[in-house]
Amino acid sequence: MKKKGNPFLYIGGALSAVMTALILLGYFWTPYDPTAMESKKFLPPSAEHLLGTDNFGRDIFSRVLEGAGTSFFIAVCVVLIGCVFGILIGSLCGYYGGLADLILTRICDSITAFPSILLALVIISVLGNGTYNIIIALGILFIPSFARIVRSEFARVRELNYIKSAKLMGVGTGRILFSHILPNTWPVLLSAITIGFNNAILSEASMSFLGLGIQPPEASLGSMLSDSQTYLKSAPWYALGTGCAIILLILGFSLLAEGLQRESKTV
Amino acid sequence: MMKKRILAVFLAAAALAGSLCACGGATNQAGASSDETTDSSGGSHANEITVGISQDLDNSLDPFVTNAAGTREVMFNVFEGLVKPDSQGNFVPAVASAVDVSGDGLTYSFTLREGVVFHNGSTCTMDDVLYSFETCAATSVYSNVVAALSAIVERNVEGNVLSFTLVEPNSDFLSAVSSVYILPKDYADQATQPVGTGPFKYVSRSVQENFILEKHEAYYGEGAKLDKVTYKIYEDSTALFNALDSGSLDLVAHLTMDQVNNLSNGYQVLEGTMNLVQAIYLNNAVAPFDNELVRQAMCYAVDVDAMLNLTADGHGTRLGSSMYPAFGKYFDETLAEAYPHDAEKAKALLAQAGYPDGFRFTIKVPSNYQPHVDTAVVLAEQLKQVGITAEIQLIDWNTWLEDVYGNRNFEGTVVGFDASVLSPTALLARWVSDSSKNMIGFRDEEYDEVYAQALVTVDDAEQTALFKRCLEILSEKAANVYTQDLADFVAVSPELKGFEFYPLYVIDMSKLYFE
Repeated sequence: MKKKGNPFLYIGGALSAVMTALILLGYFWTPYDPTAMESKKFLPPSAEHLLGTDNFGRDIFSRVLEGAGTSFFIAVCVVLIGCVFGILIGSLCGYYGGLADLILTRICDSITAFPSILLALVIISVLGNGTYNIIIALGILFIPSFARIVRSEFARVRELNYIKSAKLMGVGTGRILFSHILPNTWPVLLSAITIGFNNAILSEASMSFLGLGIQPPEASLGSMLSDSQTYLKSAPWYALGTGCAIILLILGFSLLAEGLQRESKTV
Repeated sequence: MMKKRILAVFLAAAALAGSLCACGGATNQAGASSDETTDSSGGSHANEITVGISQDLDNSLDPFVTNAAGTREVMFNVFEGLVKPDSQGNFVPAVASAVDVSGDGLTYSFTLREGVVFHNGSTCTMDDVLYSFETCAATSVYSNVVAALSAIVERNVEGNVLSFTLVEPNSDFLSAVSSVYILPKDYADQATQPVGTGPFKYVSRSVQENFILEKHEAYYGEGAKLDKVTYKIYEDSTALFNALDSGSLDLVAHLTMDQVNNLSNGYQVLEGTMNLVQAIYLNNAVAPFDNELVRQAMCYAVDVDAMLNLTADGHGTRLGSSMYPAFGKYFDETLAEAYPHDAEKAKALLAQAGYPDGFRFTIKVPSNYQPHVDTAVVLAEQLKQVGITAEIQLIDWNTWLEDVYGNRNFEGTVVGFDASVLSPTALLARWVSDSSKNMIGFRDEEYDEVYAQALVTVDDAEQTALFKRCLEILSEKAANVYTQDLADFVAVSPELKGFEFYPLYVIDMSKLYFE
C-alpha cells in the first residue's frame, strides 16, 4: 500500500509551530509594552499597530502576544496537572482493579457529570480569582478525562502476554507500570494531550470571558475578547484580532492532534 | 473524504472559538430586532419602564439599616421624610405640608399633611411620625443623622403640628429630617416588605434578578406618572450594556463614556455627575499606607487628568478631597491641585519613606462597576511609573461589602462614596477616628477636633470654614488618593421624558413620563 501524505500533520504542525513561536517570542519581546497607555485610543490596524489599539491606547498585537502567552501557559500547566495525576490514578486503577478502582472511577464519573465550567466556577469562587487558582481549578477538572483513558489502556495491556511474562520473571511493579505499560499507552495519550490542551485554552478563555479568570491589566485571550465586546461596533478589530488568535491557536492544535492520530494508525 | 474531514475540523475549531464571541455577535442581531419592535409598537407601549441597575439591593430594605448607595438610589422612590430634597438641593415639604423655622434657628415646626396614606392603606398619623423619629434615632446606621436628632432638647406636639427645639442652630437639621423616613408605627416587616409614603410602592423582589415598584395610587401630591418600574439587576457591566444596547431597557444610569460612544439605539444620553467621591481608598491602618509619605507619594504619582482622558474622554470633575461640587460652598476646587502629577517627587517621597524601590499592593475593585475597574487599570499603569506594583483583584459587590467595607480586609480599593443626605457631615463623619464607617482607619486628632467643633458651630460661615478645614486635613494627610466625581451618563429611551439629576445619588422615578 502506498503511504499517503498526512496533510493534517503538516498543516497542523506548521500552524502550531508558528503560533508557538509567536507565543515564545511574546515572552521575551513585544512591539510595545502590553500595558503601556502611550498611543491614541482605538487606532485602527496600521503598520505601527498591526492590530490597532484598544480603549486605553494599548497596542492590541502586543496584548494578543502576551494574552496568548498567558493562555498557553495556563493550558500547559492544566494539561500537566491533569496528565500527571490522571496517569497516576489511571495506571494504578487500571492495573490493580478492585474496590479502590471502583471508587476512584465513580469519583471521576461524578466529576465529569457536572458541566465543567460550572464546577470550575465553584472552585474559583472558593479559591478566589487569579492565574494560579484558574490552573488549579481547571487542572482538577482535567484529571478524570486523562485517568479514564490511561485506566482503560492499562486494563487492556495488563492482560497481554508480555506483561504476564514480565511478572513471572519477577519484574517490580513500578517498572512494569511505568516502563512496560506506560510507553504503550503513548499514542492514545498523545491525542488526549493535544485535545486536552485545546480544551484547556478554551476553558481558560471562557472563564476569563466571564470575568473569573486572570485579573486586569494582565491580558489573556478570553479576557480581551470579553473587553472587546463593548467596542464591537466602534473598534471591531479589537474583537477580530483576538478572536482570530484563538481560532488559529485551536485550529493548529486540532489539526495536529488529528494528524498524530492518523499517523499512529498507519504505523 | 479527506477534504471533508479537514473542513469538519476547521468548522469545529471555528465554532468553538466563535461560541466565545457569541455574546458580542448577538448584540447586533438583538439590536436589529428591537428596532423593529420599537417601530411597530409606536406610542402604544404600556405605561411602565424597565431600568437596568448594576447591583442588587441590600438584603434588608429597612431604610434605617440599608447602607449601599445603590439601595438608596432606588428606595428614594418608596420612602419620604417630613421634607424631601428636590433636584436643586432644596428641601421641599413632603409628609409635612409646611415647615416653619423660628427666627433664632432653634425651633422647627412641621405641619403634618392631611390625607397622607401609607402603601399598606393606613393613614399617616402623628403617632407614626413620632415612632419614625424614635426608631431612626435609636437604630439608624447614619451617625450624622443620629447626632442631629440627639441635639433635640424639646419635642412638642400641638394638634397636627410637630415642633422640635434644638440645643443650638444646625443648618443641616432639615437634611437630617429628610432622611428620617416616615414609616407606619409598629410595622415589623420593613426589611422584607417595606412600606412608606413615597410615590412608588414596593411590590416584589427577586434576589439578583429584579426589583419591582408600582405607582402609589393614593399618593397625596402630583405622584408618579408611570404605573410600574421594574429594576433589572445585571451584576456584570458588559451584560448590562448589552441589554441596554439591544433595546430591552428604558433607562440605565452610570454609563461610561466608552459605553455611550458604542450605544447604537438612538437613546437620549444625558450628562450629569454621579455625586460620588471616587478615590483609591487606602487602608491607613496597614503598612505601607500607615506612612503618610507613602500616601503622598501615591498622590503625586497619579495623573488624574490623564486618567480622565483615558477613561472618559476628559469628562469628570477632579476632587482632591472628600467633597464633590454639588455641595457648592463646601467644595474647594483648589484641593484638586494639591498634588500635581510629579513622578520624580513621588519617587523621592518613596525613598524618604524607606521604599526606594517601590512596593507591591493589591487593589480590590468591585467588578460590577466598570468606571472603577477602568480607573484601577489606569492607576495601576501610572503607579508602575514610580515603581509601585498594584495588583488588581476584581471581586463581586457582596464580597466588597463584607470583606473590604465590613472587615477592612484590604490594602487599597477603588470605589465611590456618596452622601446619604445633603449635608457635608454625610461625607465627613466617616473619617472621624472612632467612626464605625471609617473603613480606611484614618486617625488624625486635628481632624477629630475640627470636625467636632464644626458640628457645634452656629455661624454658617464659620461652620463652612471648619468643614473646609476638615477637607484640607484629608488632603494634607493624603488620607486617600482622591480622583474624581465621575461624569454620569444616563441613557434614556427616546420617548421617556422628565429625567432630573439630583445632587444626591438618587433617581427620581416619579418625574419620568412618556411623551
